[in-house]
Amino acid sequence: MSTAYDNLPMEDDEFDESQVDFTDLEEQYQVRLDEGLDAFVVIDGLPVVPEDSKGKLVKFILRKLNTVGRVKDDGVHMPVGEDGKTEGYAFVEYNAPSEAIAAAKQLHLTALDKKHTMLVNKLTDIDRFGKEGRVDEEYTPPQIEPFQQNEHLRSWLGDSEGRDQMVMFRGEKVGVFWNNKDDAPEPVVDRENWTESFVQWSPQGTFLCSIHAQGVQLWGGKQWNRQKRFAHPGVNLVDFSPGENYFTTWSHRPLQVDENHPVPTLSLEEDGKNYIIWDIATGKPLRSFATLDVPTSTDAEGNPVKKKMQWPTFKWSADDKYVARMTQGQSISVYELPRMNLLEKTSVKIEGVMDFEWAPATPKREGIKTYEQLFCYWTPELGSNPAKVGLMSIPSKEIVRTRNLFNVSDAKLHWQSEAAYVCVKVDRHSKSKKSMATNLEIFRVKEKGVPVEVVDSIKDTVINFAWEPKGNRFVLITTGEIPAQTAVPPKTAVSFFAPEKIKGGGVGNFRHIRTADKKNSNAIYWSPKGRFVVVATLQSQQSFDLDFWDLSFDKPKDEAEKGEKELHANLQLMATADHYGVSDIEWDPSGRYVATVASAFRHHMENGYHLYDFKGTLLREEAIDRFKQLIWRPRPPTLLTKEEQAEIRKNLRNYSKVFDEQDTAKKNTADKAVIEARRRLLEEWNAWRDSMRLMLEEEGAEIELNDGKVLRDVDGEVEEIEEIVEEIIEESEEVIS
Amino acid sequence: MTAHFNTKTSISEVGSVKIHKSCPTPHTPSDTSPHIRYIIMRPILLSGHERALTQVKYNPDGDIIFSVSKDHVVCAWYSHNGERFGTYHGHQGALWTVDVDPTSTLLATGGADNTMRLWEVKTGRLLKTWEFPTSIKRVEFSADGRQLLGVTERRSGHTGSIVVYEINPDVEAEQADEHVLRIICEDSKATVAGFSYLAQYIIAGHEDGTVSQYDGKSGELLYNTQVHEPDVQNQITDLQWAPDRTYFITASKDKSAKILAADSLEVFKTYQTDTPLNSAAITPVKDFVILGGGQAAMDVTTTSARQGKFEARFWHKIFAEEIGRVRGHFGPLNYVAVHPQGTGYCSGGEDGYVRVHHFDKPYFDFLYEVEREQLQAQSNL
Repeated sequence: MSTAYDNLPMEDDEFDESQVDFTDLEEQYQVRLDEGLDAFVVIDGLPVVPEDSKGKLVKFILRKLNTVGRVKDDGVHMPVGEDGKTEGYAFVEYNAPSEAIAAAKQLHLTALDKKHTMLVNKLTDIDRFGKEGRVDEEYTPPQIEPFQQNEHLRSWLGDSEGRDQMVMFRGEKVGVFWNNKDDAPEPVVDRENWTESFVQWSPQGTFLCSIHAQGVQLWGGKQWNRQKRFAHPGVNLVDFSPGENYFTTWSHRPLQVDENHPVPTLSLEEDGKNYIIWDIATGKPLRSFATLDVPTSTDAEGNPVKKKMQWPTFKWSADDKYVARMTQGQSISVYELPRMNLLEKTSVKIEGVMDFEWAPATPKREGIKTYEQLFCYWTPELGSNPAKVGLMSIPSKEIVRTRNLFNVSDAKLHWQSEAAYVCVKVDRHSKSKKSMATNLEIFRVKEKGVPVEVVDSIKDTVINFAWEPKGNRFVLITTGEIPAQTAVPPKTAVSFFAPEKIKGGGVGNFRHIRTADKKNSNAIYWSPKGRFVVVATLQSQQSFDLDFWDLSFDKPKDEAEKGEKELHANLQLMATADHYGVSDIEWDPSGRYVATVASAFRHHMENGYHLYDFKGTLLREEAIDRFKQLIWRPRPPTLLTKEEQAEIRKNLRNYSKVFDEQDTAKKNTADKAVIEARRRLLEEWNAWRDSMRLMLEEEGAEIELNDGKVLRDVDGEVEEIEEIVEEIIEESEEVIS
Repeated sequence: MTAHFNTKTSISEVGSVKIHKSCPTPHTPSDTSPHIRYIIMRPILLSGHERALTQVKYNPDGDIIFSVSKDHVVCAWYSHNGERFGTYHGHQGALWTVDVDPTSTLLATGGADNTMRLWEVKTGRLLKTWEFPTSIKRVEFSADGRQLLGVTERRSGHTGSIVVYEINPDVEAEQADEHVLRIICEDSKATVAGFSYLAQYIIAGHEDGTVSQYDGKSGELLYNTQVHEPDVQNQITDLQWAPDRTYFITASKDKSAKILAADSLEVFKTYQTDTPLNSAAITPVKDFVILGGGQAAMDVTTTSARQGKFEARFWHKIFAEEIGRVRGHFGPLNYVAVHPQGTGYCSGGEDGYVRVHHFDKPYFDFLYEVEREQLQAQSNL
């Protein structure tokens, strides 16, 4: 114990304080004295008035100044010049520095009349920026950086084998890989701690987005350099516009931006806000918003219902021209991009609005020539008014179509990917509010007058619904009454629907094809190219089924059911699989492969992924500790014309021949390499074993050479034990008459 | 990828069939799997222990299995039908280790009662008790049965050590009281140890993941090398010899097993798995290794058999590729032992069971393409 203090002075009086250098501490803990000027603001841009009108003017501006705080008595000092007139400026002292800050923030650039605009600055700011020498008197032109050739951000599309990329987040590592079917994915880049919470692709695959405590970063190009940084401290979620021009960042914590907490690129404007909408090209914020308070509603028993946050809150139109946010129960605010001004300066008032959804593609209604975007919304029953579903055209704000609905408990809006249909899934309760049933109200957006078709043959509640991408078929999952407090989740049924074939190649009425019941499925994943669909059971403790369905299976002609109207479908279950602990399912953008993920975000059991082809054949499975995410890199829309695509489809047979040959060749060389490596291993091993045996022989290690058995003289007393085991494999009885 | 291990599914299906000896009704397969496989491959469940198994061993003839567990009793079983041959009573604490001499006359055991004991296999007679200040974690006879080695635990005031005794193979003879050799493990305690060919070296695995080579006569440390991850969590849990004792396999909590040469301590093969390993064995006849382990019960709160990875894993020894798994235990596997003639294996689990498996025909037929080529080349000579 004592050794540690040996070097300390033993007696206090010998200690001379003056010899200690305290300057570093003084510097660190120095109290910044209040200069008393923090409560002052300087007002510029005031009208110049004669001295006798001064009192009037002071009174006038005091009215403005007192809106943000309290000006001290006699706190306005307006100097009068030699000519007896005021000089157009004034010094104002507030009661507190915080009021001065508020004044500078809120009153700056307030118009007094048509000619005069008030400029409000803090006195200390003028001292800081306006002092001589603080700002260079001479103009120096900003240096223009020489043009730098950036990497092509879409180089991955040029892969000679047309492979797709995926990002995998496992442990603390994030890596981008080429999908090599059943072989190990080929790494493109692999980095430790690339993100702090998760990764996300931009919708066309150009950028990989990483989330950090300070904000968001976008990465891309061949070298995976950082393309852009967006400072948003505490960011939780991001949402890109479909055209990758803009994106929204959100944090549950309001932003804090002021002099003491500067954040790059953000200004005082962003203080207290939760959402920022960014322009990706410039890296600058366009506008920021605070979270709206959702009115707390109560359920039937009067308990407050916990509202789930809607994400994305700001929804983008298909062409990046508009972004809209709903104020639940009141209105929808549509903003025009890139200026982010409220369309026609007013929100669209829709009383009771519960949800809205933009058309995912620019709609083409029959007979409508002008540009428009559509969104669909619904309102619940209000008093004696029925519930309503409406389609609104933007920018005209004209309601294109509405439909009244009764006994509505809830509704969900499902657009088809080409905006040809929107299906409103309406959960309806019976009059007694006891039983529930679901109706589908399908709006045929592309047809004249937007006719609505109702599918009301479903007796149960629909828990999931999905349109075929680029198609006109859909899958839904229903479940019966949910018995209260049972450990076993209720059985579900999967139903497939397709339109009837009608003369002239049009789309007929939607008809039920088939229902697969007694399932546990709860999730629907269509191939991005349509036709194939995976119906799965996710987030269940007991079952982890994956069913691979084909809706356009080639059936021999004679088997086709006669008498009935033909459907645009031919359903077949191709394969079923089971992935223990599956939590996410991802189709690759080409619709060739399906990755299923058991993510460590959900649980810690057998984390990893499986890779299937579209037919449901398992190609690869890999268990990886703390595997979190696997996301395919999206592809931008094709540049080929419809005709070119049709041409390729026609000659598919020729193409696939070439691909098959390539595959076999690749496989053969790979196999050869593997076999060569094995042969080498075997030879090396055998050579070493031979040398060891020789060594043992030289050493005379008899027991070792006899595999550890000691050689014994066999004495005559050998007892033989015979044991007979009889087993009855099968027994059958026959009565012989 | 020419060979696909075609018994992978059958083994695991079979492994899960629990058939007790006393009810020999053949299991009726409900699916389309070949009937025959169920009958041949079904495991024999030895349920004579009341607590977790710590080590299981075949005698050199392979007809007897010795098992020790934390319940203080040593059991001997007929390996072909699982009938109990006898028990050895006397230990006063959990047993950690057992070994039998090459002539199946003497049995050595060690445990938490700080004693190492020598028994007559045939009669169960206690021949000798050596007492130590700490418990005995591992015992092993040399290939000729003339020497016996014991690994002692480290505890406050006592360093871990390896002691070696001369053994007189005659059951009536008096055994020596004093060790002929004592190796003190100063840096990191030894967890496992064994004799190489001709007892030339004593090889020890340590708790810090290193492997040491000592001179078999002088006990001098010849070489020490970091083989497994250098972390106290990653101690070496097992060390088993190839039949001729020129190489051995180590298993570690770092989830890998490795094959090393006894003379050079060169790492030849590494088998990287996804679960902490407790044991690893080298199979004669076929070039496989069997690895056993699983998430320790204390590390998981709700351990389903699936999540705990309580499976015996078969890897190809030379190509270091996993080829099959056997399920069945519902706790981690604490030890796996292979029949000296390579006709079967048994595993002792934390669940208190010993599962004895006899290999079926597909096991012996399974060959990689290059192995088949080589066999053909040899038969053509």
